[in-house]
Amino acid sequence: MLDSVASIFLSGRNMSRLMEGLAVTLEISVISVVLSMLLGIFVGLAMTSRNRLVLAGTRIYLEIIRVMPILVLLFLFYYSLSKIWGINLSAMSVAILVFTLWGTAEMADLVRGAITSMPRHQRESGRAIGLTESQINRYIIIPQAVRRLLPGVINLTTRMIKTTPFVFFINVPDLVKVGQQIVEITGMRNAMASFWVYGLIFLIYFIICYPISCFSVYLERKWES
Amino acid sequence: MNLKQSIKTLFICAMVFAGLTAFALQADAAGELDKIKEAGKIRIAVFSDKPPFGYVDENGENQGYDIYLARRLAKDLLGDENKVEFVLVEAASRIEVLQADKADLVLANFTVTPERAEQVDFAKPYMQVALGVASPENAPITDVSQLAGKKLIVNKGTTADAYFSKNHPEVELIKYDQNTEAFNSLRDGRGVGLAHDNTLIFAWVRENPGFVTGIDFLGSLDTIAPAVKKGNKELLDWLNAEIEQLYQEKFFDKAYEATLKPVYGDSVDPKTVVVEGKIQ
Repeated sequence: MLDSVASIFLSGRNMSRLMEGLAVTLEISVISVVLSMLLGIFVGLAMTSRNRLVLAGTRIYLEIIRVMPILVLLFLFYYSLSKIWGINLSAMSVAILVFTLWGTAEMADLVRGAITSMPRHQRESGRAIGLTESQINRYIIIPQAVRRLLPGVINLTTRMIKTTPFVFFINVPDLVKVGQQIVEITGMRNAMASFWVYGLIFLIYFIICYPISCFSVYLERKWES
Repeated sequence: MNLKQSIKTLFICAMVFAGLTAFALQADAAGELDKIKEAGKIRIAVFSDKPPFGYVDENGENQGYDIYLARRLAKDLLGDENKVEFVLVEAASRIEVLQADKADLVLANFTVTPERAEQVDFAKPYMQVALGVASPENAPITDVSQLAGKKLIVNKGTTADAYFSKNHPEVELIKYDQNTEAFNSLRDGRGVGLAHDNTLIFAWVRENPGFVTGIDFLGSLDTIAPAVKKGNKELLDWLNAEIEQLYQEKFFDKAYEATLKPVYGDSVDPKTVVVEGKIQ
């Protein structure tokens, strides 16, 4: 049995191809998660503003991104943008753009939720002891909001990582697609190929996502004490 | 935010959208060949997981019957068989990649149908598909007449299903959703034979001793051809002339030898798959 497993992963460049696929997955996830976190904070703050135009704009953005399946967004930016307006973006940039748009919208809503869920008396107490608005934000609201934000952010991050295999619909060979290619050529002579290849892919996703949730548990414990 | 305002905002968005659409760029069909030559590479959409037609081997190289042709086209157009950029597509995106200008050409086992021909332009065919019937070695089905009143296994919604339902109502069909289910039920003897695309039958029979391809060419013939973006006449004309030339030198027989024969074995007649000039 070990021989057959070894023959799948050791024949040709199969193992390094899987690692190249992993690099693609990681590139898309890391860039879009980092961008989403940063942009999401700003958009989230904007969503708590009193300016109606800003509110309307962010609201429309959030709702549009929310109701559209990721796949539709990918197709829209990859195919339709080029077909209708002649803007021909590379598949990789479309992937990062779409995942960032999605992540930013979700992140912004988390930020808005964390801020608005703060009891009003916190802000009022701050005013009562003579703090300025920015001091209130900095010393009272934001530290507490960040803690409320954490579980949602971790959830969003792992969800974004797990959704990246969709990019193979716009012709980006990510980890899962490379795995599928290997299964297709080895499946003929090795019936267990799909089990081992997808098993390894499961393990890789687990190794990426599990430490992230561990980190969040650690932070939550640390802040509690 | 009140309703009136949201409607207003939506309206503004719609106006902007419409305005941008009005300025839509029309892809310039002229000079397509020059554009490819200028880029120094031709972008060809192929499958990456459909052996033996288009797949990626264990060294990460694109291989298969479609790829064999793709490299030859690159060589004849640009002087080097490596001047091709493979765009790895899924079956469902073969039309989109052309319309959205993500690839110059599709060589992904693309069966010519009237519906598709409205959206893309097909060049001359380089392959054909018909039906084949697999049956046990000790009870081979070599003619459709043997099937009357017997049970034949097909996949729901395939060409085989449509062909037998329409032309041979005397044959009793057992239908399955998945290929694996259908082939397993043939192994279990639930039908006297199994009908599917002949290319698939050839490959399966080769992997499964005890079964033969009793009928290797049946039904209405479908052809497989390269496709280009609708209206890309320059590339289409070049392709047609090129393929004509390839028929002359029996290129597709060579492609068969190199890519399909190792999978189908010696028992298959290449003429059931390969188009070399006129269609059978």
